[in-house]
Amino acid sequence: MPEILDIARAQVLERGTGLDEAGVLAVLRLPDEHVPDALQLAHEVRMRWCGPEVEVEGIVSLKTGGCPEDCHFCSQSGLFTSPVRSVWLDIPSLVEAAKQTAATGATEFCIVAAVRGPDERLMKQMREGVAAIKAEVDIQVAASLGMLSQEQVDELVEMGVHRYNHNLETSRTYFPNVVTTHSWEERWDTLRMVRDSGMEVCCGGILGLGETVEQRAEFAAQLAELDPHEVPLNFLNPRPGTPLGDRPVVEGKDALRAIAAFRLAMPRTILRYAGGREITLGDLGTRDGLLGGINAVIVGNYLTTLGRPASADLELLDDLKMPVKALSATL
Amino acid sequence: MTAKTVESDAGTTRTVEGEAALWCDRCGERAAEGDHAACAAARELEPPRYCPACRRRMKVQVLPAGWSAACVEHGTVRSGY
Ligand code: SF4
Ligand SMILES: [Zn+2]
Ligand SMILES: [Zn+2]
Repeated sequence: MPEILDIARAQVLERGTGLDEAGVLAVLRLPDEHVPDALQLAHEVRMRWCGPEVEVEGIVSLKTGGCPEDCHFCSQSGLFTSPVRSVWLDIPSLVEAAKQTAATGATEFCIVAAVRGPDERLMKQMREGVAAIKAEVDIQVAASLGMLSQEQVDELVEMGVHRYNHNLETSRTYFPNVVTTHSWEERWDTLRMVRDSGMEVCCGGILGLGETVEQRAEFAAQLAELDPHEVPLNFLNPRPGTPLGDRPVVEGKDALRAIAAFRLAMPRTILRYAGGREITLGDLGTRDGLLGGINAVIVGNYLTTLGRPASADLELLDDLKMPVKALSATL
Repeated sequence: MTAKTVESDAGTTRTVEGEAALWCDRCGERAAEGDHAACAAARELEPPRYCPACRRRMKVQVLPAGWSAACVEHGTVRSGY
């Protein structure tokens, strides 16, 4: 057994203390034949510190496209020649999306907008939308609306938004290669305000943006320092027209290494499969990840791309004897 | 991504199946020219973006269990929700 896995067993599994950056890097550098051992250990860590439940979530785009920012992976930036057009979702469709999500047994519904930060129109749409969902659907409402002011943080709390997503996307040192219209530190500021407000912090990123393995380890360590309630892990799905549109997708083995490494860095977090898993991992890999540290999924479609049917994921969870986390467990 | 129907603005529906698509609904290039096999494969996990009849970029909305794509001229295409 590689030394790093023995260290992780004693430190992460037994004591619940996550690996540091050097430890994460050692896991990311494990040779192929030891990836199954790393996944097995990450799975034990997840079972020990989180339990067998899987948190299921649905997401929807309230405002799509036309974003003034330039995140190089994003088909919703208005600065690239992406085929994604700007469009707003109306309140009845938003409620319908929440119902579709609840119908899968999901406990989380995240409302997302392609903006630098909310303007008054978006906050008004949120007020009406969240109230309409709460009146009709039994589900926890989360939001992802970019960078916030303190007033907006307070207002979201008042609306009953219980969790806020704001991804750091990649490591601090690599971020300027991916985004030039705002800084990593600005994102960090929003995350701090969200944390202080009492909302749950959801913060993850995308692997496969061209970052080195060292930067992947750096990113895991920076997330661990933030200690978010949830970490959504995306794998780049290269979008036509974006600066990263021609990048290769992450190799399945590397994705699995990363899943194990991120779990070993953050033993207690909700580590969620987000976008890109279908093309990076396929069905078999999806299963391997759920047995390697992942304990949450986004089911159904994403914001501008489609996922596999929710039923496929729910059958897999059933097969793996992993119960879907109940709403009562989240309140 | 199952059977697709088109709602014209008058509210009637007709199927697009059998109608010759002039434009690839993923890349927006001529359907009859070049190879769109990669586009077709990608469309398994993407909604259409270009109207196959006129090449306009469509207004696309994705919900957890389905999608719709609207061309101002040719109406709205929906997945089977
Ligand atoms: S801020 Fe969000 S929506 Fe805007 S370009 Fe960046 S990732 Fe895309
Ligand atoms: Zn094409
Ligand atoms: Zn048209």
